[in-house]
Amino acid sequence: MSTPVVYDPKGFTFPDPQRRVLQWSMFIAIIAMFAGVAHGLAQALSYAGINILQYFPGLSSYYQGLTVHGVAQALVLTFAFSNGFLPLVTARALSRPLNMALLHGTFWFLLVGFLLAGYALLTNQASVLYTSYAPLQAHPTYYLGLSLVVVSTWLASANMFVTLRGWRKEHPGERIPLLAYIAVLSYAMWDLASIPIAVSFLGFLLPWSLGWLQHVDPLLNRVLFWFTGHAIVYAWLLPAYVSWYALIPRQVGGKLVSDPLTRAVFILFLLLSIPTGFHHQYTDPGIATSMKAFHALLTFGVFYPSLATAFSVTASLEMGGRARGGRGLLGWIRKLPWGDPSVATQLLAMLTFVLGGATGLVNASFTVNQVVHNTAWIPGHFHMTVGSAVLLTIIGVSYWAVPYLTGKRLWAPKLAVAGSWMYAIGLLIFARGLISGGLQGMPRRTFIAEATYSASGWKLAGALAGIGGTIMTIGMLIFFLIMIMTFLVGKRDGAPRDIPISESLTPPSQNGWDSTMDRIGVWVIVAVVLILLAYGPFFLSYTPNMVSPGFKLF
Amino acid sequence: MRVHTYEKAFLIVGAALLVVFMIALTYTSVAMGIHLPGKVAMVDPAALATTPPFDQPGVRQTGDNTYEAVVVGQAWQFLPGEIRVPAGAEVTFILTSRDVIHGFHVERTRINIMMIPGQIGKTTYTFKTPGEYLIICHEYCGAGHHFMFGKVIVE
Repeated sequence: MSTPVVYDPKGFTFPDPQRRVLQWSMFIAIIAMFAGVAHGLAQALSYAGINILQYFPGLSSYYQGLTVHGVAQALVLTFAFSNGFLPLVTARALSRPLNMALLHGTFWFLLVGFLLAGYALLTNQASVLYTSYAPLQAHPTYYLGLSLVVVSTWLASANMFVTLRGWRKEHPGERIPLLAYIAVLSYAMWDLASIPIAVSFLGFLLPWSLGWLQHVDPLLNRVLFWFTGHAIVYAWLLPAYVSWYALIPRQVGGKLVSDPLTRAVFILFLLLSIPTGFHHQYTDPGIATSMKAFHALLTFGVFYPSLATAFSVTASLEMGGRARGGRGLLGWIRKLPWGDPSVATQLLAMLTFVLGGATGLVNASFTVNQVVHNTAWIPGHFHMTVGSAVLLTIIGVSYWAVPYLTGKRLWAPKLAVAGSWMYAIGLLIFARGLISGGLQGMPRRTFIAEATYSASGWKLAGALAGIGGTIMTIGMLIFFLIMIMTFLVGKRDGAPRDIPISESLTPPSQNGWDSTMDRIGVWVIVAVVLILLAYGPFFLSYTPNMVSPGFKLF
Repeated sequence: MRVHTYEKAFLIVGAALLVVFMIALTYTSVAMGIHLPGKVAMVDPAALATTPPFDQPGVRQTGDNTYEAVVVGQAWQFLPGEIRVPAGAEVTFILTSRDVIHGFHVERTRINIMMIPGQIGKTTYTFKTPGEYLIICHEYCGAGHHFMFGKVIVE
């Protein structure tokens, strides 16, 4: 059933110089993760009423640390990982090397951007939190640095497109290999989605922080942020889906269920991820409720491909479990390779993500959102999405990708499995705390340990967040230890020599409407039309109110 | 495109569930009168001292059982910090910010609205149970964010 050219390209060894760049891209991701985790512990303990900031030398405030946490985890870690991972699997799926100049460009733009933003953050000149809401004003290097991080993702995307174009020239009439297709589509969505944030940062906030522009419109920049800001969560999530769809089945000894359905799911994400941003602004004045309702509808729509994913991924796991001798209705679950750190970590990512998806649907639920908006519920929710599905998948992929890229065998795989379990269990306790606290009005983004007010129920909620957060931190420290030891003392034999690429039960067909899915350009145009429908009425009827000078209240 | 029977069933049930949710939400909005904040008007945050109603923040009775609470958010307090209304009163909050973005969330209620400089926010709520309700600024607004709170006292 498999087509060798598509699913198991042979005779391709990744060139060493490219391997090194991708390896360092992964290392930057891990360094950013480490920078963010330290203050994560301080935040969890703050909810429990414990202030440990005096142990952070050089830190000016809770909010400085919170900004570092958000920027490092949500913007640098995620994109440094995807910038390496997506081009890597694209190149492997197409059996072609990447463009070296673009690969270097991607790496250096990201690193320089990270350092520029890092300078502003570490000197307490950008404690504006990662959402960067005007009129809180950061140092220019913050806006410039983060813009460069965005540019690096465009270069990574260009690299995939160039590689794909080269492949298509040599394979006229052939279907794009699935792994390359979904990797390219993930970043194609992000290319579109990132334009509004680039307009906000380069068109308004950077010139304003330099003094070239006296005033900005806070609502307009908020709208531009969330125009990008919901799709950005899919830019974090889709690389994880790439792994779950196209790599994990092979790792557990199963098969991907359906090639065409997988492509359809990624097309739906391309179309629906972006025109949904107003559901983050349900409680904002200045935006008509009818537009919010339209975005609510589309947000329910973008839940759909995730629902399809839940089925497909579980089915491919079941195939694997049964092939390994699993019997009965649920017996196959036990037979999955839980001892493989890469697999176990990603299985835990999927399990915790179920709760992340469910709470996300609550957020999307229009009027219900008023109960939870900006309460501790929200970080409770997103630590079960980006903090589980995405983060644990990055860790799980690292458990094969770092050995693959460095040629060194993973150090202490059993400890790795234990670390991921600790993180996942800690996460569930932590999120249980924040979710219940949020329902009782406990605010997010607030230094609760030193707050001058409190309400009933916050004590238990905060204590659970503190306990869970501490366990999560231990899990993360185990991950860092394993990465460092693998790099330093990992044995030079036994590292994986290839990327685990799955076969499909239902392969792609050459004819019918199936093959029109490969016309990526057409789908991008459809996505643009939907975006214009969802955001056009707002921008056409909105007169900017440029009234706010910069405030540096940190 | 061939879709497996089980998968088809799963997707249809999933879609039906989403439709049920949408209907429930529409019902809360249309039949129960629960609304989101929407578009009101713009304002110049630098000129609040001379712009009615923000030149006189406070609570005013506007009808038999209706009140209007004009609140300005600024680093790091609400003006006024205390709002007193009788139980059963329908209160319309009219809000804006003098400096950066603040949040206005009254715990145990669905009053949850952003205070954005340049925009006027409006939301209405009927307080049925007497008691003290915390008003929490739930958007980061600088180093003293966690000191910013107020109270609604329902008598």
